[in-house]
Parts: sequence; C-alpha cells; structure tokens
Amino acid sequence: MATKASRTAARLMISPAVILLLAWMIVPLVLTLYFSFLRYNLLTPSGNPFVGFENYYWFLTDPSFTAAAVNTLLLVGGVLLITVVGGILFALLLDRPMFGQGIIRIMVIAPFFVMPTVSALVWKNMFMNPVNGILGHIAMGLGFGPIDFFGNMPLGAITIIVAWQWLPFATLILLTALQSLDQEQLEASEMDGANWLNRFWYIMLPHLARAITVVILIQTIFLLSVFAEILVTTNGGPGTASTTLTYLVYVASLLQYDVGMGSAGGVVAVVLANIVAIFLMRMIGKNLDA
Amino acid sequence: MGKITLKNVKKAFGDVSVIPDIDLQIENGEFVVFVGPSGCGKSTLLRLIAGLEDVTSGLIEIDGKDATHLPPAKRGLAMVFQSYALYPHMSVRKNIAFPLKMAGMSEVEQTSRVERAAKVLNLTNYLDRRPGQLSGGQRQRVAIGRAIVREPAAFLFDEPLSNLDAALRVGMRQEITELHQTLKTTMIYVTHDQVEAMTMADKIVVLNAGNIEQVGSPLELYRSPVNLFVAGFIGSPKMNFIEGAEAAKHGAATIGIRPEHINIVDGGSWTGTVELSEHLGSDTFLKVQVDGIGTLNVRASGAVGRHHGDRVSLAPQADKIHRFNKDGRSMK
Amino acid sequence: MARAVSTRTKVLNTVIAGTLGFLMFFPILWIIILSFKTEEDAIRAPLEVLFQSGWTVENFLTVQARSDYFKHFSNSVIISLGSTLLGLIIAIPAAWAMAFVPAKRTKDVLMWMLSTKMMPPVGVLVPIYLIFRDTGLLDSRIGLTVVLMLINLPIIIWMLYTYFREIPGEILEAARMDGATLKEEILYVLTPMAVPGIASTILLNIILAWNEAFWTLNLTAANAAPLTAFIASYSSPEGLFFAKLSAASLMAIAPILIMGWFSQKQLVRGLTFGAVK
Repeated sequence: MATKASRTAARLMISPAVILLLAWMIVPLVLTLYFSFLRYNLLTPSGNPFVGFENYYWFLTDPSFTAAAVNTLLLVGGVLLITVVGGILFALLLDRPMFGQGIIRIMVIAPFFVMPTVSALVWKNMFMNPVNGILGHIAMGLGFGPIDFFGNMPLGAITIIVAWQWLPFATLILLTALQSLDQEQLEASEMDGANWLNRFWYIMLPHLARAITVVILIQTIFLLSVFAEILVTTNGGPGTASTTLTYLVYVASLLQYDVGMGSAGGVVAVVLANIVAIFLMRMIGKNLDA
Repeated sequence: MGKITLKNVKKAFGDVSVIPDIDLQIENGEFVVFVGPSGCGKSTLLRLIAGLEDVTSGLIEIDGKDATHLPPAKRGLAMVFQSYALYPHMSVRKNIAFPLKMAGMSEVEQTSRVERAAKVLNLTNYLDRRPGQLSGGQRQRVAIGRAIVREPAAFLFDEPLSNLDAALRVGMRQEITELHQTLKTTMIYVTHDQVEAMTMADKIVVLNAGNIEQVGSPLELYRSPVNLFVAGFIGSPKMNFIEGAEAAKHGAATIGIRPEHINIVDGGSWTGTVELSEHLGSDTFLKVQVDGIGTLNVRASGAVGRHHGDRVSLAPQADKIHRFNKDGRSMK
Repeated sequence: MARAVSTRTKVLNTVIAGTLGFLMFFPILWIIILSFKTEEDAIRAPLEVLFQSGWTVENFLTVQARSDYFKHFSNSVIISLGSTLLGLIIAIPAAWAMAFVPAKRTKDVLMWMLSTKMMPPVGVLVPIYLIFRDTGLLDSRIGLTVVLMLINLPIIIWMLYTYFREIPGEILEAARMDGATLKEEILYVLTPMAVPGIASTILLNIILAWNEAFWTLNLTAANAAPLTAFIASYSSPEGLFFAKLSAASLMAIAPILIMGWFSQKQLVRGLTFGAVK
C-alpha cells in the first residue's frame, strides 16, 4: 500500500504529534537545564547570575537530599514489594473457579480508579486517625492501643496508601498474564508428577516473569513521581520523614521559590528516571516486534 | 469474457525473485487450478492477476485489454480470500451488497441481486445475521456470494477450503464445482492440496519456486508428467521412484511407477517383505521392502490378506512405467 | 479446567477471594456509608456507625454550598473531555499513518513517543510553571487541558495504533477488490471496525485525565481547580469533617468508578504499553 504519495501523506499526518511532543520534551527540559545553572530565586530580585554546578552541589550535599533519596527508595521498594507479592497472590486466587468472580474482580480492581487525593485523605482520616479512624477503633476494641500511623511512620503510612492504589494494577496485569498460560502445560506437568508448589515454581512463575518485570518497571516509573498523596497528608513531614525526591524538588521550586535549586533537582530526577526507562524500552521494544 | 493472458510476468520483492518469468493463457470459462508446495508463488501469482500486487515487469491482459496497471476495482475480477475477509460490522446482506453499492447500483437492483445469490448459496435464512454468528461453511458461502453478485469476468479463489474441517471440505469442493457448472465463468483456484486440484480443475498449473512445471488437464498430468517434480506431486499416494540398476534396465536414470500400477501376482519380477499394511476395506496399502530395489508403496483394490512379515511377489504394469533421464525430465 | 471442580472447593475459593476483595474495596464502601451519616456519627466505632446511627443527605448539600462542588466537577469534565478530544484529533491521523503506511522508522518514532510519557513531571515543573505564569495560563482550564493532552498523547497514539493494526489487511483488500476507493474504504470499512478501539481509548484517557494529580494541583487555584484539587482542600479542615469529606469524595470518584468498570481490558493494554497481552 505504500506508494510515494501515501508516504508523504503519512509523514504529514504524523507531524503534528511529533512536533508537539518534541516541543513538550525539549523546550521545558532545556529551560530546566538552563535554570539549574543560575542563581535564580523568585523572591530575591537579583540578576540571576550563572553559577555553574553550584545548585547541584548544594542540592546533592544537603542532608534533605540524602533523606529524600532514601525515602524514595523505601517508598518505591515498599510499594513494589507489596504490589508484586500481593499481585501474584491475588492473581493466583482470582484464577481459580469460584462464584461471583466478576463482582470480586471489580472489588479488587476498584481502588485503582480512585483519585490519589481522595485515597490519601480517606486513609489518613477515616482509617489511620488514631482517635476517630476505623483502625484505631478496631485496635481499641481488641484491647491494644491504636497505631499513630502518620505520627510514628509517615512514610510507612504513605506506602500503604500508594500500595492500596496500585495493587489492582499489578493484579490485573498478572492475572491477564496468568490466564494466557496454556492449560495443557500445567496438565502435562501434573502427569509428570508435579504437585501444586512445583507447578507454581517451575511453570507459572517463569511464565509470569515477563509480566512481573513489566509491572515492576512501569510502576517504578510512576511511583518515582508520587506527589499528591504526600502533599495532602504530610507535606513531606515531619521534617523530611516523608519527603521523596519529587517532593523535595516541589518544595524547592514552588514553596521556597528557588528556581535554580529546584531546576537542578529536576534534572537529577530526570536522569534517574531515564535509567529506569532504558530498561523498560528494551522490554517493550521486544514486544513491538511480536 | 474471462480470458486472461500473462506474458513474461516477473515478480520480485526487493532483491528476492519470487516469480522469474511466467507465460500463461487462461481461456474463457475454464476452471484453472494453481497448485504447488508452500512458497511456490501460487498465491503471489493470483494476487498479481487480482491487482493486489504490482508486477515487476510483464503484461497481464484481461479479455484482450491491457490490465497490467489497472487497480483491482477496475479489473472486473472477484476474489474469495482464505480467511473470507468478511466485513464483521455488516450483516450478510450488506456484505454481499457492498460491491454493488460501491458500483453505485440502485437499491432495488442491489436487493434483487443479493437475494438471487442468497438463494443459489442457501443463505436466504441468514441474510440478517452478522459474520460472527455464522459457521465456517456459511461464512465461506457469504464470501462466495459477495463475489458472485458482481458478475465478474473471472473468480479468484485463494485456498478457500483450508480453514474448513475435512468433512466440510469435501462438500464445499463439490459445491464450488457445481457453481462453476452453473455460472460457466472462468475460475482461478489456488490450493496446495493436489486432490482438490485433480477433482476440480479443467486445467492444472503446477508451480514450483515461481516456475511453471507443467500445464495440462488432470489426466494429462497424471498420465504424462513431464518431470520428476510433477510426477511426484500429482497422485496420492506418491509415485514410487527407483534409481540405480533397476532403472538402468529400462534405459533411464530414474523410473517411476505409481502404487496403483503394481500388481500382487505370483512369480512377479520383484519380491519383498511387507513392512507395513493398511487395510481400508475398499483398498489395501502395503509398504514393501523389495529385494535389491528398496521400499515401494503398493495399492491394491479390495481387501488383500497380506500383513507385516509376509513375503510378496510384485509385478509392475509395463506400460505404466515412467522413465526419467538424469535431468529429471520424462523420456518417451 | 476440564475436570469437575467440587462445589466445596468453589465455595472455599469464593470465601477467601470474596473476603480479600471486600477488604480491598472496603475503603470505597466506607466512603459511601459515611457520606450519608452526620459528622458526630461518622467518628464513632464502625459497628456503631453501621447499626446505631441514622442516615442523612445533608453532607452533599453542605459540600456544594461551602465549596461549590459543581464548579469543580465541571472543571474536571471540561479538562478530561477536552484533553481527550484534543488528543484524538492529533492522534488519529498519526496512528493511522503509522499503522497503515509503516516506514522503517515507524517503530522508533512510536518508542520515542512512549518515552516522553516517562519523563518525571518535576523535571519540567519549574519552566512550565513560569511559562504559565508569564502567559496568564496559570489557573486556566485551557492551559491545563493542553498539558493533560500532552502527557496522555503518547498513550492515545499507542492505543489507537494497536487497534488499527488489528484490523486484518485482507478485509481492506476485499474492499478494494469490491471496488471501493480509498475514501470509501476508510468510511465504510475501516472506521466502523475501528470505532470500538477508539471508544476504549477515549474511556481510558478520560479516566487518566480525571485522576491526574500533579499538574492539576500545581497549576490551578480557585478558578480552574478540578475535583482533585477540590478534595485536596480538605487536607487542612476545620472541625469535624469525615462525613463531608466522604460526600465530597464520593461525588468526585463516582463517575470514574463506573467508567473504570468498563475499561479493565483497555487498562492492561494502555498502561503496559502493550508489553502484556
């Protein structure tokens, strides 16, 4: 179908998308890069002098950066752990024969469609509030003191909230992958004498390996940018206890009005994300050829 | 109507030559079958005639007019695809009417043609269903119906029966043949199944790696294959080939004898041991290890009581022995 | 599974899965319940809330009166629909061209487009904020619509591309053999077959835009704030507010919960960029 005329037409049809995305990518990133080399604070009306890597130096050596980096690692790692393990378990469970599977599936998937600000506030107040929240009531009913989630483990609390939101995603992906497993393979292994654990370890898990990788990589990309949940619950506090890299950049940029520093932070965040993206690209690229 | 000529038609995809050079003449009203192994270029040839692919060089004439550079819609041909290619979002009626709609025919005329075609193909009760609600055989009929209503100069069939199960295939095969007898329109039919070719064709074109090995009626190809390839391709079970000393006795590099032309008699020139025997009741197939010659397949009528391990004596029918020279060409 | 599974096993599976599913769903259920309770009742122990308190719809009225829920709702609708439609206008020709006139570079272009989705928003927060401030786009629905369109454009193009590619080439060839011109081919055969795919893409993107909670929080104030920001305003409340928060939340999430039910399959396809089928 490809003649010269249709090729030119095709290029014309793709160009608006390409131009827009190019502009969206390049223009702001170049600006961020540029700002990161300036001393530029919206509150101090000085001349925005070029200061080289000074912003990066201060950003990376500030103790809040280390804290933020650690917190980001903990948050992403924690959510990944809960969602991948939980996702596999849920997928295995939902793959079994049962009554009302459709309804149960909907219940499991629903959290993903709740907007982050709602999730965060509902969990913080109606569930985790030590005095009035459900978890507090249940704890007291069972005879022991309530956990002050946001007081004692703010990052942990946020991890729980984010995990609740993303568990459905992992479950759905893994369930889809599980259901594509050839039943006959399992039956053959049963004839070969494999019990359930064997079948899970040697057949199901390897089949799921690719889906698990996809889940981990895609979730990581999105988890690195968790923002709303932190904003509406802890504002990164107390201190920097629940500040992640993303939130740190936000604080520097829009709360401290330090454009230079915030931009440096932004560049750091982009570099990190790119490293993850490279792996993801290879994985998807393999699939595009399929 | 329906006379198609190909002169020096060549087709290459980039550097890969799929069809080196083909000359072919198809007469009006013929049922021509392109047959050959996978990758021999038969589907490509069909698509060249249809206009779905451009020739690299050469001439295609339809009814005397040069059609080489005409788009498919203007060639007056209709095609039945292997996957039927029905429009899933349209009812059977709309599917069949689509080409007429494209031609700008009036609604009244469209309806009458659609209903005529539906009657011929037993689809009248299904006109308002969607393809997704039909069985494989019914879908195939809709595809044929869509082709019929255009009253084309020729019908092109691209392996239409491969997606059907065996029992259905036999029935549809006969229906298509009957259709040809009714409509008397040229039909070009592509298949890899030589049984379909033999039973349906007026003329068979045997293709191998883009080249025409032989063109002829089914019986011509059966009785007088021009080379080893055609001899081995036509006929089921395959012709037996014997080389070496036995062939030299007949003055050839290779001799061929069909399984059905070997008789089981006492005192025959070949003796051997039965390795395998298949008893169908109507026929008996024996795989015999013949002393000094090799393995031969033998087909006998009726029920023959020979089994694994038995010694048998065989005699080939002398006038049915095919002789081939060292280039594989048949010698008369 | 060809073997008969005992009813007992089925019941066991149902109980376990049902309990876990219920636990996952419980927060949403609780939102629904609390939104119909008074503030005093909302902070009591769960069993008391369920069985020992009355129902009321006053929260929904209060929420609307206090903070003009409908204005935020309409903002959400405008930017979700707007960004999706805008995205479609740009994406459909692009996806069409890539699916039906593929070139050697097509796959690379597609991959690059997907990669723009992976850029962390904080990387461009500063310049976008400043540009918006200086051009008056801050706190404007238009500005937000454009941004949301840009961040979801890769997904829209990608999903349309995969749906277009699934249309069997033979059906388009059949249309050509049946005498259809290119325009007729697109109008009568291609588009009807692509409509379900386009609908799925629309659905998924409305959901993604509705729930977006970075740019909607940072680029808006009183005027263009959609529901995400509206709910965020409950993070520093005065007095008892569980019931009001529940009512406001319910109103904010209800449309999407319904849409989400219909779009599970699209979710897998769209958000894994096709890596899982």
